[in-house]
Amino acid sequence: MSAVRAELVKLRTVRSTPITLALAFCLSAGLGVLLGSAFRSTETANFDPLFAAFYGVTLAQIPLVAFAVLAIGNEYRSGTIRASLAAVPRRGRFLAAKIAAVLVYLVPAAAVTVAAAFLSAQAALGARGVGPGDAGAPEALVGAWIHLVLIGLFALGFAVLVRSPVVALGVLLPFLLLGSQGLGNVPVVRRVTQYLPDQLGWVIMHLAGDQDDPRWARDYGPWTGLALLALWAVAALGAGYAALRRRDS
Amino acid sequence: MRGVLELRNLSKRYGRTLAVDDVSCTVRPGRVTGFLGLNGAGKSTTIRMILGLDRPSGGVALVGGAHYRELENPLRHVGALLEGSAAHGGRSAYHHLLWLARSNRIPTARVRDVLRQVDLDDAGRRPVRGFSLGMTQRLGIAAALLGDPPVLLFDEPTNGLDPAGIRWLRDALKGFAAEGRTVLVSSHLMSEMALTADHLLVLVGGRLLADTPLPEFVAAHGCLEDAFLELVSGAGR
Repeated sequence: MSAVRAELVKLRTVRSTPITLALAFCLSAGLGVLLGSAFRSTETANFDPLFAAFYGVTLAQIPLVAFAVLAIGNEYRSGTIRASLAAVPRRGRFLAAKIAAVLVYLVPAAAVTVAAAFLSAQAALGARGVGPGDAGAPEALVGAWIHLVLIGLFALGFAVLVRSPVVALGVLLPFLLLGSQGLGNVPVVRRVTQYLPDQLGWVIMHLAGDQDDPRWARDYGPWTGLALLALWAVAALGAGYAALRRRDS
Repeated sequence: MRGVLELRNLSKRYGRTLAVDDVSCTVRPGRVTGFLGLNGAGKSTTIRMILGLDRPSGGVALVGGAHYRELENPLRHVGALLEGSAAHGGRSAYHHLLWLARSNRIPTARVRDVLRQVDLDDAGRRPVRGFSLGMTQRLGIAAALLGDPPVLLFDEPTNGLDPAGIRWLRDALKGFAAEGRTVLVSSHLMSEMALTADHLLVLVGGRLLADTPLPEFVAAHGCLEDAFLELVSGAGR
């Protein structure tokens, strides 16, 4: 517990924490309003009010990913990592404390981000909007929440592995931005790209298109997608832990 | 046993280079042990291995008979000032010490005590990025003292200190030794070591070539600098 308390002090006393978390909220609320307004009067064949709510999450996840990356990346950049490992020399305990402290911020921040995206979009949709209890919505809301938490943990593990916030964000951001352009729906490559970490939450968030239509149907269901994302997160954290144990600091 | 630092056949290999080559010695409490060597002699690597930051290629480093990585609340056993282990620039000195204190169950009151001890109590709330080199170094010393440890390791502590800071550090190091602590100080400033150390360890190309009381080491040459350079050049031949 003492290691967790130390990690909480660290996150509380850097500016990147409030900045990234506030940015996630503003992006999700703002994009919700924009997307909701856009769909309010546009006639589309397969209108899905949940698409308007969660499309903004694909961009709002970027500051949350930055938060998770900076939580460890800043230590490598400043050299604080040596003081950290001298204070908590057991690598497993150090990483577990880091994960726990990140979750203390990430779990509520992700919930607020998802709620902001949903409520702003549905309000902007006006009569076409749905409530949080309507068909498919509860599942999508919980799914989006879990997606954000897992993608943050994946990013944290990756940042431990590469030991640099610049490298971690340089790899993760283009990949998340490309993903938001529908990489998992591109016909030729989608057999593979649908399994990329940022794509696996798309079915449950109603972003992958009509799953009854063979053009869009993915090879996994909504919850299986999240389970696969959880595997990515575990794999990234596991690789980060193995590297942390083995290498010199 | 508490406070004794023991290196047994400690080695570190980077590719084909042996940075630390089979070093064995015991660093005892109650005196200042100077750890001398040219740049790249392996001093910092040795200190990082003691702290479990770098993995030895061979041998062990024991603190009070235990591996550093196995110590519970290690900052209460060993305090270290390392090169390049800076505080996050946006964090204040107080908060840097606060997280260190939390991590090892050290009372919060110690944070103010050590800030006062290194004369940073006024600057404690300011972000570290505005600190001078000397202030950063004093913060590092405060961090080492935080857990009131019986063993203190200082890697080039005089870097960036002004004359008043150097005098303060010298008196502090002697004071820690007089309190019965084990004090290991690496340096390549011979004149400073001549004034501070009681005992010397000399590393040349990763090998420990001297483990001797200061007066004995100096005796044959009249001054520490001559004795040191003689040893270094002799090893090169």
